[in-house]
Amino acid sequence: MTQLILFNVTNGLIVGAFYALMALGLSLILNLSGIINFSHGGFLTLGGYLAYSLSLSMGFWGALLLAPLLVAALGIAVEAGLIRRLYGKDPLYSLLLTFGMALMFEDLTRFTWGASAKPFVIPEALAKPLTQQFFFLTGYRVFMVAIVLLAVAALFLVLRFTRLGIRIRAGTLDLETVSALGINVRALRSLNFGMGIFMAGLAGVLAAGMLGLQPTMGNALIMPSFIAIIVGGIGSLPGTLFGGLLIGVAQGITTVFYPSASEAIIYIMMGLVLLVRPRGLFGEEGRQ
Amino acid sequence: MRRIAILAGIWALLTLAPFWLPLVGGYTTLGTRVLVLGLAAMALNYLLGYTGVLSFGHAAYVGLGAYGAAMSIKFLGMGALQAIAIGTLLGALAAVAIGPLIVRLRGIYFSMCTIAFGQVFYFIAFRWNTVTGGDDGLGGWKRPALEFAGYKLDLLTNDVAYYYVALFFFALAVGGMGLLLASPLGRVQLSIRENERRARFLGIPIERHILLSWVVSCLVASLAGALYALLNNFADPRILRWDFSGDLVIMAVLGGMRSFWGPLLGAAIFVVLQDYLSSVTENWMSFIGLFFVLVVMFFPRGVLGILKRAR
Repeated sequence: MTQLILFNVTNGLIVGAFYALMALGLSLILNLSGIINFSHGGFLTLGGYLAYSLSLSMGFWGALLLAPLLVAALGIAVEAGLIRRLYGKDPLYSLLLTFGMALMFEDLTRFTWGASAKPFVIPEALAKPLTQQFFFLTGYRVFMVAIVLLAVAALFLVLRFTRLGIRIRAGTLDLETVSALGINVRALRSLNFGMGIFMAGLAGVLAAGMLGLQPTMGNALIMPSFIAIIVGGIGSLPGTLFGGLLIGVAQGITTVFYPSASEAIIYIMMGLVLLVRPRGLFGEEGRQ
Repeated sequence: MRRIAILAGIWALLTLAPFWLPLVGGYTTLGTRVLVLGLAAMALNYLLGYTGVLSFGHAAYVGLGAYGAAMSIKFLGMGALQAIAIGTLLGALAAVAIGPLIVRLRGIYFSMCTIAFGQVFYFIAFRWNTVTGGDDGLGGWKRPALEFAGYKLDLLTNDVAYYYVALFFFALAVGGMGLLLASPLGRVQLSIRENERRARFLGIPIERHILLSWVVSCLVASLAGALYALLNNFADPRILRWDFSGDLVIMAVLGGMRSFWGPLLGAAIFVVLQDYLSSVTENWMSFIGLFFVLVVMFFPRGVLGILKRAR
């Protein structure tokens, strides 16, 4: 029983790390540009499939490095070509635009790579369990969590200590003033969007190694990411991180006791949080 | 005078639809589909266009209406009228339960929470196989005859009769929404849309009004869902999912969300387009996605919005 619970909690943490990685990207974009990027899942899926195609020629490590960068480049192009025109308009429009893009991403992936699941081969060194007793701790899972931690740490360091990060945080609070101080807000938003999409692409590559590739994988992950943001508190990145891990673990624990409720539990948690604390666990006053 | 003429024209077109549709290459069931989905989009627009609150989770209420009606026919053997009433009530109850949780949120955060809450019902329908049929949907029933005060009208084999039943409920709901909007209550909603802070300063209880508008909108959406299930003799889990919410929003925007009748026009264009695309290409989803992008980039005001401006 202990092992079962431990297994599912670990599982939940890993899934939660995923949600967090994806939700952090969404949150970055939402905070600075006021846009809910529905196509985030599409970028994630694309990251996974690109990594699959790249890994055929350059192996796992090359794909892990290159795929997220390619996806981020595409993200920046999309931002510059389409999304940029909708800043300052009713958020309804950017929501609809990215929603349409999500549909296109899913269908085009299916068109390009086929509807059936694709295997994504991970290096043998990572596929083995670390110990006999805790069979579920394969090297890949540990590796995945390490990469997620690394990415999250890098993100927070960039936001805390670099000039770019300080500008992003300032822009989140008051974009107009930042602009008045002579900072190129356009470029700032572009870069920020690219960073968010990079995290989606990275999550896609990691997900491909764990869950396998399917055209619908990204759009299936987007709801938990929304909930991670709402539970953690809108406007707070640490909140999003915590929210992602929390709902992941909650899902893991529910799987032990009542498997068919493992999807419903995260919505119940969201309801409870909104009931008790509408701005989310870490949300700031006034940004509800 | 002009308004009365336009209204008379719209109702004449709707009433005579089974007669003129075949002449332009349509068929009655397609007309019923436009009518029912148009009703759902108009319900959404009651909230979006006339209170200024965007729900991206209305699929849930349409779906609840559909499942409520389907289940009461399949398991309880209800007649058509009772089934429609039960479906509508089910959706409205869910709206009453969820509304208070989200009315304090504003703007894009409200939309985000409606999206997320909308998915709850999708997962329930998807997981609760024994009752809802899971991914396959709830079929295995036929729309029952309409019985009222001793009269009995067979709907199953008579598409035109069902069109008029749907039109009756459509008229009831649209008339109701129109009256509400013309009343002082509707004026208050408009004031919230235009300037919430100012409305609050005037002592208007904003949350209560948004909640009321939300419940009315969800109630009408569930009615549309119940009618939709009876139209298809089937409750489809996909109308509970978030993509269908997006379809409803695009119908409202495409037709023109600042106009009362816009969403119906948007629904007509969208339904016909989807019907056509899915018959010619397997990749219709990409084209629908592209269509979303094009509408947002080039027709953000919608068809009626453009017409109004041109005048």
